[in-house]
Amino acid sequence: MLTERVQLSTSIDLDHRGRDWYADKAVTFLVFVGGISAIVLIIGIFVFITKEGLGFIAGSLDVREFFGSLAWRPTSPTKPTYGILGLIAGTASVTGLAMVVSVPFSLGAAIFIGEFATGRLRETLKVLVELLAAIPSVVWGFIGLSLLNPLIIDIFDVPVGLGVLNSGIILGLMAAPIMTTIAEDALKAVPDTYREAAEAMGATKWQVIFRVVLPAGRNGLVAAVLLGVGRGFGETMAVLMASGNSIKIPTSPFDSVRALTATIAAELGDAPVGSDHYRALFTLGILLFVVTFIINLTADLVVRRAGRK
Amino acid sequence: MTYSDGGGGTPGQSLMFAATKLNTRNHRLQWLFRALFGLMTLILIVPVGIILGVLVVRGGPAISLEFLFSFPTDAMTAGGIFPALVGTMWLVAVSLIASVPVGVAAAIYLSEYAVDNWLTRVINLAIINLAGVPSIVHALFGVGAFVIFAGFGTSILAASLTLAVMTLPVVIVATRESLQAVPMAFREACWNMGATRWQTIRIVVLPNAISGILTGVILAVSRTAGETAPIMFTGVAFFFPFLPHSVFDQTMAMAMHLFVISTAVPGASDELKYGTALTLITLVLLMNAVSIGFRSYLRGKKKW
Repeated sequence: MLTERVQLSTSIDLDHRGRDWYADKAVTFLVFVGGISAIVLIIGIFVFITKEGLGFIAGSLDVREFFGSLAWRPTSPTKPTYGILGLIAGTASVTGLAMVVSVPFSLGAAIFIGEFATGRLRETLKVLVELLAAIPSVVWGFIGLSLLNPLIIDIFDVPVGLGVLNSGIILGLMAAPIMTTIAEDALKAVPDTYREAAEAMGATKWQVIFRVVLPAGRNGLVAAVLLGVGRGFGETMAVLMASGNSIKIPTSPFDSVRALTATIAAELGDAPVGSDHYRALFTLGILLFVVTFIINLTADLVVRRAGRK
Repeated sequence: MTYSDGGGGTPGQSLMFAATKLNTRNHRLQWLFRALFGLMTLILIVPVGIILGVLVVRGGPAISLEFLFSFPTDAMTAGGIFPALVGTMWLVAVSLIASVPVGVAAAIYLSEYAVDNWLTRVINLAIINLAGVPSIVHALFGVGAFVIFAGFGTSILAASLTLAVMTLPVVIVATRESLQAVPMAFREACWNMGATRWQTIRIVVLPNAISGILTGVILAVSRTAGETAPIMFTGVAFFFPFLPHSVFDQTMAMAMHLFVISTAVPGASDELKYGTALTLITLVLLMNAVSIGFRSYLRGKKKW
């Protein structure tokens, strides 16, 4: 009996390793390499910008001056100084204003699209929001420069319309569609049974939204705002073109500021490869990378905690 | 809830429900909130509509076949955008050659092979972060890795690879979604016939997902065409009065050209700027619209 079965299995050769078997193994390997490419690249980004920036961090970097001084004068012939406080203030003020402008509207729009709008209206709005998110940042910068700039000059009677207000509005308009999409996804993730249960108790639509849907989707909404902040923080071209580019801590919304990202974009072309200036710009890159990494990680953790509940 | 009883229980008369004060208040509130949130949505969309309208009105007259197919003249203050258009096509093509195979492979791994373990979680986290890294940091990576370390110099190749790294998450996420939309039963049927995993993917999964993958690729194209920061220092020149001949040449590009003529060329006419902006945004939005339209067409057609 036993011998018979063994013979049977060898005769149809279950262990045959033909061309298809090898093709399968080869593809499994290739696909795995593709799969880990994202990890390789994210590590690669960190390694390469650190490699270029390290000479500055190990050498000329004075941490107290770097974070505490307003003087960013990398091209000074006598004594170059690298203080990024003004740049941080620039990024913070522009991103902050952008969030003040866009968070309420994004969440409001997400609630409208997700909870009130139905059928064709809802699909149309979703497509529109998606299209808004696709407008390239250089076009936004151009809009800030040639449409919003004269508008601000006219309305507020100020000499220059480029500054915190201009870039804040532009950045707000840019970040809003992304936040709306993510926030709407978060609302959609709240199970319908919650809504049905509340409605069965006699709750009206807005009661369902405020008492049930918003509390249940809270973490997703927080993640949406965080990702919006990350987007604003990392935006380069629009801020470069609309912020006016003078380094200072702004005291009014019309003040011109310079963001961290814009500094790299504006100066990298003129900094000789390998110079302190060049390496300092890569150090700014490391800072940007680390901060966005933390923001993304936090957003992911917040969402994950929501998923576990 | 209270109700007014219509006639002390006379036969044939049904109960009449009337709204209480609380009901009326709730309905008013509901209407108010609906209007409020609708208004917020409008405030988000209408300004952009107006802006696009202005772009069309001011840039429309500039656009002609001559504008699209002639070189810039008079130190870029006049003439057309032909070299920038051609340059953008080079960048898009080369970066797709790099990002699509890797992105599709990654998506196949994540959808067909990966189990839910720490590695998969790390990969997903890496994809999210890759999508969230500021574009200027991608530019720094491009300079460090492709221009200097790999020795490509400032060239189409270096710029395209930088763009490819940036758009990789778009390709991965869209492809993974369309692979996961293929029903499990399709795969099981194929496995039961004795097919290997790869045969199943090649013959059953990929053909059923190909249109979804295509929408992802179109999205990646639109991202690539609109990006400026990653290509500024890796291969795109302010002004390059020739068409590129190989991937080792520098080039002009639409997005960079808009940046240059609106900030660094003092005499450029408004018409030229608005025309360039309108061409770029039309290119990008058209691509997105095609992708979205394609997606909803597929959703309607799907039989499972």
